[in-house]
Amino acid sequence: MDSYTTVNVFAGVYIFMLAAFAGWVIIGNVPAILHTPLMSGSNFVHGIVVVGGLFVLLNATNALEQSIGFVAVLLGAGNAAGGYAVTVRMLEMFKSSNDEKAHHAKRRHAVHHPKRA
Amino acid sequence: MLISISQLVTAVTGFVAALLFMYGLKRMSSPATAASGIRVAGAGMLAAVLAAFLYVFNVESGAKPHLFVNLTLAVVALSVGGAIAWWSGKTVKMTAMPQMIAVYNGMGGGAAGAIAAVELFGNRANGVTQLVVTLFGALIGAISFSGSLIAWAKLDRVLKAPLQFRGQQILSAALFLVTLAVGGAIVVSVAGGPQLLPVPGLICLFFGCALVFGILMTLPIGGADMPVVISIYNACTGIAVGLEGYVLQNPALMIAGMVVGAAGTLLTVLMAKAMNRTVFNVLFKRFGADKKHKRGVVAGNEKPVEASDAAIDMRYAKSVIIVPGYGLAVSQGQQKLYDFVKLLVAAGVSVKFAIHPVAGRMPGQMDVLLAEAGVPYDMIFQLADINDQFATTDVALVIGANDVVNPEARTDKSSPIYGMPILNADKAKKIYVVKRGQGKGYSGVVNGLFYADNCFMVYGDASAVLGTMLEAVKGLGAAAA
Repeated sequence: MDSYTTVNVFAGVYIFMLAAFAGWVIIGNVPAILHTPLMSGSNFVHGIVVVGGLFVLLNATNALEQSIGFVAVLLGAGNAAGGYAVTVRMLEMFKSSNDEKAHHAKRRHAVHHPKRA
Repeated sequence: MLISISQLVTAVTGFVAALLFMYGLKRMSSPATAASGIRVAGAGMLAAVLAAFLYVFNVESGAKPHLFVNLTLAVVALSVGGAIAWWSGKTVKMTAMPQMIAVYNGMGGGAAGAIAAVELFGNRANGVTQLVVTLFGALIGAISFSGSLIAWAKLDRVLKAPLQFRGQQILSAALFLVTLAVGGAIVVSVAGGPQLLPVPGLICLFFGCALVFGILMTLPIGGADMPVVISIYNACTGIAVGLEGYVLQNPALMIAGMVVGAAGTLLTVLMAKAMNRTVFNVLFKRFGADKKHKRGVVAGNEKPVEASDAAIDMRYAKSVIIVPGYGLAVSQGQQKLYDFVKLLVAAGVSVKFAIHPVAGRMPGQMDVLLAEAGVPYDMIFQLADINDQFATTDVALVIGANDVVNPEARTDKSSPIYGMPILNADKAKKIYVVKRGQGKGYSGVVNGLFYADNCFMVYGDASAVLGTMLEAVKGLGAAAA
């Protein structure tokens, strides 16, 4: 526990209250079209647990703590990396008709170019 | 000096990570900015993980002799866990997305539980409050871990039918009370009170009970309700992470965890509402178990037509609304559907997609599957935005969807789907339904729409039917030229 991050009980309750409110407000505005990516995106965000796992593992003092800490980091890293990978994959698929047209225009341009040269 | 600088850097990075998570989630609330939102959050995560290695300058005195081993273990765990999950996330099929999310979510819950276990076995809690918070985090994390794995097994068809037996709910409730009692015994023992069992034994018992409770809780829930359950466990993992963040005195974990806890809870409520279920019903009642449905006799016949005739009819219509369902995804017909739509649009037909909130196996999954096929998101409309337009539309094309267009939900009070919001496909001038055969939907309810005078059935696998439709319209173009 280091001096820069000491949180007493009441400060903790305040942080929880404000964070919960922020989460509620941010998600309240999300259209249904994004519900699946959003679930996996918020799933990614709690992958921050890997940082807690690292703290515990680096401070492990015996074999039992080392093995449980190892599991914590392993699982936490999986949560973060996997959550990120699937969320990015899903969100990159969302294109508007304008994006689509721009994409086609670029491709046509790319085909024309070598002919001119 | 080095110690306090490293502390300052980890603290500031934690703050920045929390900020980037919030900003990233905010950007994810619109399809136009969503992809950049997850990258912003990803940058925050990367920074926080790298900064976490600065903990090596500041480890407890007892851990100093083990530092090299611990550091090696950390690097191995991080790269192995990260690499496997990254690879699976990059290769998983979009249709299998819900169970993949369940697995990642379970991992997060397991990690929170494991952190709590180290704190408990090492007796590190600083006072009774921290001990109680650790135990609650451990409980929620462990339930989320085992429950998510069961949810994965069900969605992945490893476990098939809902497993139910007499007195299951009583057993679950009793087990939950036992878990709480064991937790209480741990607090009493650590605080210096009478010891019934050695504390490490109690801790093992505590985790054992919590894990079994997670399994018992999830086993009786049917596949259709699973997405809501995954969303609940997502919120649970968030809360567990937040609580362990308090124990570790790490505000970044507290904030990220609690934001997800609240967001996940809201998302759960929204999903349950879209499925016409309450969260309570999902958890404690089997779908349709409480109502005896009288199967009404529906007047009329199902009228089959050829796929090519339906296709040509749509080619000469002014407006078409397409209602895709999970049957489309099962036959992997999204790409052909969009190719067909492109031909219709080129011929001057106005085409829109109408998505029911629970199309697919998870709210929003159908949107992802269409996006994967290249359908631009401004062609995709949600129920509330498009439902009035069916009445002025020439053709509604229903592909692989059933319950979400069943008019019984509006009228038949005895139906298990009564009250569920449905797409008004029956109000269109003409309806084509693409369907594998004469069967019922997920809910097992007869669909009166199929017997309506203006409704025609195209039987066959969605992908094959769409192939025929594509050829029919193409052939028409060739003949005209």
